[in-house]
Amino acid sequence: MAQQERAREKAFRAAPNLNKSPLHGLWALTNRDLIKWYKNPIQLIISLVQPIVWLGLFGKAFNIAALFTSQPGVTQAEIAAVDLGTFGTTSYFSYLAAGMLAFIILFTAAFAGMSVVWDRRFGFMNKAMSTPVGRGAIVTGKVLQSVVRSLIQAAIVLAIAVALGMDTANFSVFAIAGTFVMLFLMTFGLSSLFVMLALRSSDWQTQMAIINLLNLPLLFTSNAMLPVKIMPAWLQTVVRFNPVSYAVDGVRQMLLGSGSAAAAAAGYSVLAPLWVDFAVLAAFAAVLSVLGIILSWRLLSK
Amino acid sequence: MVDSGGVVVDVESLSKTFGTLKAVDGVTFQIREGEIFGFLGPNGAGKTTTINMLTTLLRASGGKAVINGYDIRKQPNEVRRSVGVVPQEYTADEDITGLQNILLCADLYGLPRNDSRPHAMELLELVELQEAANRKVGTYSGGMRRRLELASGLINYPKLLFLDEPTLGLDVQTRSAVWRYIRMLKEEYRMTLFLTTHYLEEADSLCDRIAIIDHGHIIKIGTPDELKATVGGDIIAVGVAEAEPDISADIAKIPLVKDVKKNGNEYRIKSEVGEESSIQIIDLVRSKGLHVTKISLTKPSLDEAYLELTGRSIREEESNKMDAFKQRITMMRARR
Ligand SMILES: Nc1ncnc2c1ncn2[C@@H]1O[C@H](COP(=O)(O)OP(=O)(O)OP(=O)(O)O)[C@@H](O)[C@H]1O
Ligand SMILES: [Mg+2]
Repeated sequence: MAQQERAREKAFRAAPNLNKSPLHGLWALTNRDLIKWYKNPIQLIISLVQPIVWLGLFGKAFNIAALFTSQPGVTQAEIAAVDLGTFGTTSYFSYLAAGMLAFIILFTAAFAGMSVVWDRRFGFMNKAMSTPVGRGAIVTGKVLQSVVRSLIQAAIVLAIAVALGMDTANFSVFAIAGTFVMLFLMTFGLSSLFVMLALRSSDWQTQMAIINLLNLPLLFTSNAMLPVKIMPAWLQTVVRFNPVSYAVDGVRQMLLGSGSAAAAAAGYSVLAPLWVDFAVLAAFAAVLSVLGIILSWRLLSK
Repeated sequence: MVDSGGVVVDVESLSKTFGTLKAVDGVTFQIREGEIFGFLGPNGAGKTTTINMLTTLLRASGGKAVINGYDIRKQPNEVRRSVGVVPQEYTADEDITGLQNILLCADLYGLPRNDSRPHAMELLELVELQEAANRKVGTYSGGMRRRLELASGLINYPKLLFLDEPTLGLDVQTRSAVWRYIRMLKEEYRMTLFLTTHYLEEADSLCDRIAIIDHGHIIKIGTPDELKATVGGDIIAVGVAEAEPDISADIAKIPLVKDVKKNGNEYRIKSEVGEESSIQIIDLVRSKGLHVTKISLTKPSLDEAYLELTGRSIREEESNKMDAFKQRITMMRARR
């Protein structure tokens, strides 16, 4: 009780000046989600299982590349030439590893919206909205925490792929930095998209349905797992409209040198020049994040 | 900043429509600086919806409201900065500690970092949670969570605090603690409080003024005593030794007496001021040569006032008897 008396005397001094910048509270909101994430490593581990299984199963065990070359009397050099022409690299495992970076980003970003739904369900969203924190900051915080999480997970997947034998001949500081810039743009755009789709929703089943509706199509209408060359013509057209394809294409050019003259000579064609890949992703990220903030002003309410 | 005449909340014809449902249907009221103003009404009356509009969580469908001199439509951020909100549901994040939750709120309000930690600790002490400050909120009891919500609502040094059903579902001890905090906020910190409740005794003992709200309408606003007075006055029961003669007509002539009923040896008298009338009644009975055997004076409770007020409104507005019956059941539930 004595303690309470003391607290009473101090608790209601004159209020200090409040920070009124439109971005105040952004770091606090982002950090809250990140704390919850790293305090619960199970979530991280589970999300890494899938890409690693894919790498092990399709990258190592199945040896998909052999499907194209398993005729009698084919020499090792000929196999390499066919691989290079099909995948832009002589190692299908490395080809797939680049695709898995996109996979982990896509699946992490998809759950950015889920965290909005939980916050609404558990009342935290109402608390945040009764404070002067910007509606744009609430949305951007959700996007940023997803961006940080997915980039960290992508880094782990890359490290594991290298440990399992990914071809590092083309790695350089620029290649890796460029790769993460590319992945950053991709996750920024995708996270904005999924947060946007969750702005009005307080129902996690609907949200799950949205994730499933978008995720697998985005993955399988891209070049993440299989070469565009072997796809039917209509699907090749769809691939060109899928931003994920440009991210994967750019990453392969940087990490695996799939844009090299040798690959081109062997018959591999990149989806687009590297600068176009960057431009497409930058536009994708810019449009969706701006749209997300504009919609948050209109839609984010109780 | 504060409006002229010490009016901190000025609400005019505020309404909110959900689809076809008029959840709040044109409420008008004012709250003066330093008072505890209560919204009393059954479930679904529109209490939370009103608070949500005043704290800018919901956009109003019609009408206007000025809070601390700021218009809720045009200056929502100024409103948010100048008021504290303790919502009906729990909003704290269960995965982080109580202290982390309050610090998070401080950041959302834009409080300077060097101030927010000591202030958060003071508020936790105020609601007697300092020992649990570093525990995850998931381990808190319902009462502790309610007190944490109260502390979070005070982090931005508000002069006006909105409390939505602050004692809902609490045990007697925690409820009286919350009442103690509320009185302390008013008396020691000169805060203005707006609370909603469906507990009559809570409204009666805490509020300076009460608005009775039902179906989105304010039925009556007044001090608890004024509302009780609408019952029609104090009830005086007088027992006499002799059943005859009937002196009802003489009693009715006494000033302030409004109604007299005779039942065997007992008179039930309604009076505006029971204390004064009872003495005059005794004098009258004796002057008629009768003997008083017993006398009792009952002050009307808010319970009776509430039933009378909401009941009357139902009879006036609805011809459908079945509807009226259903309303009565709802009210009975709310009275519990
Ligand atoms: N988002 C919404 N959409 C549709 N109807 C709503 C919504 N929010 C509230 N209502 C309805 O508006 C009416 C008033 O609800 P409100 O929550 O304001 O009541 P209340 O007085 O706070 O009740 P309680 O004591 O149960 O908290 C209810 O009939 C409720 O069903
Ligand atoms: Mg309510």
